[in-house]
Amino acid sequence: MNNSQSLNFIIGITALLVCVASTFISGRSQKFRHLRWPLVALSLLFLYNLIFKPTFFALEITDDGYLYGSLIDILNHSSKIALLATGMTLVIATGGVDISVGSIMAISGAVAATVIVSPYSSLILAVVLALLVSTFAGLWNGILVAACGIQPMVATLVLMVAGRGIAQLITDGTIITFHHPAFNAIGNGHLLGLPVPAWLAATIFLIALALTRTTSLGLFIETVGNNRTAARYAGIAARKIVWITYVFSGFCAGIAGLVVCSNIKCADANHAGLYLELDAILATVIGGTSMTGGRFYLSGSILGAILIQALSTVMYANDVNPAVIAVPKAILVIAVCLLQSDRFRSRIMALPVFRKFGGEPC
Amino acid sequence: MLKRLRFPIRYVPFAATVAVFIVAYAIGAISFKNFFTLRVFVNLFHDNAYLGIAAVGTGIVILSGGIDLSVGAVIAFTGMLVAKLTACGINTGLAILIALAVGILFGILQSTLIASFDLPPFLVTLGGMFLARGGSFIINEEALSILKNPVLDFIEDNLQLSLGNGVYLECIEVVYLIVLLCGIVFTQWTPLGRRIYAIGVNEQSALLMGVPVARTKIMAYGIAGFCSALAGIVFTVYLKSGNPLNCIGLEMDAIAAVVIGGILLTGGVGYLLGSLFGVLTLGLIQVLIMFQGNINSWWTRIIIGILVLLFIFMQNLITKLSDKKQ
Repeated sequence: MNNSQSLNFIIGITALLVCVASTFISGRSQKFRHLRWPLVALSLLFLYNLIFKPTFFALEITDDGYLYGSLIDILNHSSKIALLATGMTLVIATGGVDISVGSIMAISGAVAATVIVSPYSSLILAVVLALLVSTFAGLWNGILVAACGIQPMVATLVLMVAGRGIAQLITDGTIITFHHPAFNAIGNGHLLGLPVPAWLAATIFLIALALTRTTSLGLFIETVGNNRTAARYAGIAARKIVWITYVFSGFCAGIAGLVVCSNIKCADANHAGLYLELDAILATVIGGTSMTGGRFYLSGSILGAILIQALSTVMYANDVNPAVIAVPKAILVIAVCLLQSDRFRSRIMALPVFRKFGGEPC
Repeated sequence: MLKRLRFPIRYVPFAATVAVFIVAYAIGAISFKNFFTLRVFVNLFHDNAYLGIAAVGTGIVILSGGIDLSVGAVIAFTGMLVAKLTACGINTGLAILIALAVGILFGILQSTLIASFDLPPFLVTLGGMFLARGGSFIINEEALSILKNPVLDFIEDNLQLSLGNGVYLECIEVVYLIVLLCGIVFTQWTPLGRRIYAIGVNEQSALLMGVPVARTKIMAYGIAGFCSALAGIVFTVYLKSGNPLNCIGLEMDAIAAVVIGGILLTGGVGYLLGSLFGVLTLGLIQVLIMFQGNINSWWTRIIIGILVLLFIFMQNLITKLSDKKQ
């Protein structure tokens, strides 16, 4: 075993130990219980790789001074799901859902790319305009849901269907390619050795966490999600809370759109963010947030995003056909659903095998 | 006397759908030569038969208060299955039967999870979508063509109805119309169809009234699975090939068609016949844009979005009005 191999092994063991340790810690603490199952899944993935593919944990430092390897890849590519999931978590917490985020990403990318190739090319203008437009798209969803009282899935279906058309309208039906070093840095750059998208996702996550957990906003969101009428009677501006979450979701989708657009150095109205709304919802649900609303875990959603991306990256690393990745993802969805279902858990706990252990409900 | 003649408010969305279709058709007929022909009209059915069949299934599921996101993926899966089985030398009829059975089983499996463990249909069918899409790639990574298949060739050459002027009503249109008719009869005039409406309006009260909610749900998704599988077969016959990438996002088109057709997405309100006009309107928008020639195709998506929005607003208004009356 040469030097680099043993280094890989050490990194792998460390990653696994961190995962297992946090699984135990989260299982014991009341505050982080929701992180337990995703952590178990992540530990299993790492364990598999440690045994069968230790090169998965290879980390290198390039000449430019940034880290490089599969683990960094997971961090990098999970960030767009994490960005979407942060907004999605708050929307789902109010009892809604936003299936238009993929289309908003396409719009955001289209706006940014159009500005970049226009005579007024400027990084700040591109970013500000793209974020303004996507925030406005979120506001539109929010108005439909909060003011018009339309069922969230239907309300956001409108923008999901029309959004890609709007994005194509902006790009004039072409795929705009560009070269703009400053803008490209959003999706490809590195800061302190780590990819910029990961920093962006972390920043948005921390902002959302601070806004919801250090102020009463989070409590308001959960109250509205639990019972909107009761929340209104308690003096909470339920409508305002609901549309704010959609605006925030649109804003997050806008950033994710910028990341994708800058990463591939072009704006593709048809494929940017395609199906990413489903990944974002999945990440949120994996993280312990229930689709019915009323309770949310931002940290869980981030972990969910990382888990989804880790699953894909592990598959790539093990030479699985990318298209087949959908199958383990499907198993993940069903498993998460079942684990969250009270009826399933009580039925499993009623089995004789578990009754022996006292049947402590998990 | 006047009261009896008044148009019931629950028919308004359906009437609006028909009106939109007629107006769009009239616009086409006035603006373009050769638009108001039997050939264009029959083609509308021919090109959208698979979407129509899928929309019947989606409509039934939505009437029962659920949602099915797996439609497009199941279409791709069954298409691939038929293509693969026939390529392996299995009798085409048998391959089609197997595909239909797989579709039904798939629907039943999903709904068993939904009904017995109280899981959200959105997520379970999302899982189903991933599973079927991945499954179709496992069957074959690339498109499989079905060439020189005696059964399909026979169907194509002989099973068609001449409507004069060289216009033929082909097998897949007929299949669509039969499925639609069966769906309408099933939802409107059978006790099982009543149950679907009942659980769509309010699951709790349906349960209290003695409706077997779980069984009815399983049936609704089973029918949807059957429809998706049939749509997959029709699509395969239509294109003479199976492709694992077929019909990505078709479920959203089917949902849009159903919404434009006047079925309320919360369930329990609407008529399956509306889905016919929803599908035809979606097809008509594409044909209109094709005839126009100057407008870019991306307007299709925007117009569909606007239509969906209009119908949602109308439904909302009607729900509020009828709530007030009560």
